[in-house]
Amino acid sequence: MRVGLSLLAMALLPAATGHTVAADAAHGQELYESRCGGCHSLDANRVGPAHRGVYGRKAGSAANFSYSTAVRNSTVVWEEKTLDAWLTNPQSLIPGQRMNFRVATAEDRADIIAYLRKESGK
Amino acid sequence: MSRSIDLRRRGLLRASGVTLLSASAVALLAGEEKVALANTGSGAADIGILNVALALEHEAISAYQLGAQSGLLQKPVLEVAVLFQSHHKGHRDALVATIRKMGGTPVVAKSDAEVAKALNAASLKTQTDVLRLAQRLEKGAANAYVGVIPSFNDRTLAQISARLGEDETMHWTALTGALQEPLPAKALSFGV
Repeated sequence: MRVGLSLLAMALLPAATGHTVAADAAHGQELYESRCGGCHSLDANRVGPAHRGVYGRKAGSAANFSYSTAVRNSTVVWEEKTLDAWLTNPQSLIPGQRMNFRVATAEDRADIIAYLRKESGK
Repeated sequence: MSRSIDLRRRGLLRASGVTLLSASAVALLAGEEKVALANTGSGAADIGILNVALALEHEAISAYQLGAQSGLLQKPVLEVAVLFQSHHKGHRDALVATIRKMGGTPVVAKSDAEVAKALNAASLKTQTDVLRLAQRLEKGAANAYVGVIPSFNDRTLAQISARLGEDETMHWTALTGALQEPLPAKALSFGV
């Protein structure tokens, strides 16, 4: 049973294999809508800030969104590495932030970032 | 046996529906031992997660209100929408009680008009449009509840997050049926 559970965990966590593939913005859109869409939209501030233009933008700078003090005071700029770190564990990147949503697999994070980059015109 | 579990068992023996959810969720979430956790780092972080969940529930309540008042929903879809809204109100009440019990301040809801603008409710022209919006929001909410589970310091709250997400998944499944869309072909279609 222990072996079976380990195999299941490996299957659910492909990031553990360490291989990399090209990011897929189309798949990223699907992931964004199903996983981020509970709180975010591209063009409207909802539970979280609007995301169009997020790539290349300083953290805490979307217009008319009420950020946590931690994010507002952060010097982070959103690009590949910072977005990957944010989606991996937001609290590790900016302690005191409010999102706390994590995306477990590296491939999914890369695809979501590719979509956000595309929608930001970068 | 802890007081929380005793309260939950009492809740399970009581009426079904929203009252049951609220009673058991509050009992699990808001035991006396959680009081004043806002003064600790881990407690404040958990309160922050619960407040984001509360904001999500506020939005869902407004979205169903907009749908119900749109004149686009016919019976029995309208009745189901009102039922699902009552579930979200149950979630809201449980989250508010828990955040207060932990020493935090619950976030307040945006107005229905603000939510309508953010969700582009003016574009909804048919019952199918309303159902698709609700379906999209419910899937996002289910995934949000799963996605924050690793971030909870209190594992009891993580379990409650899963329970809240299960309600949203149930809503998504019913809405998908109402839209006569196929269920996911692959396993593990929800989650992160």
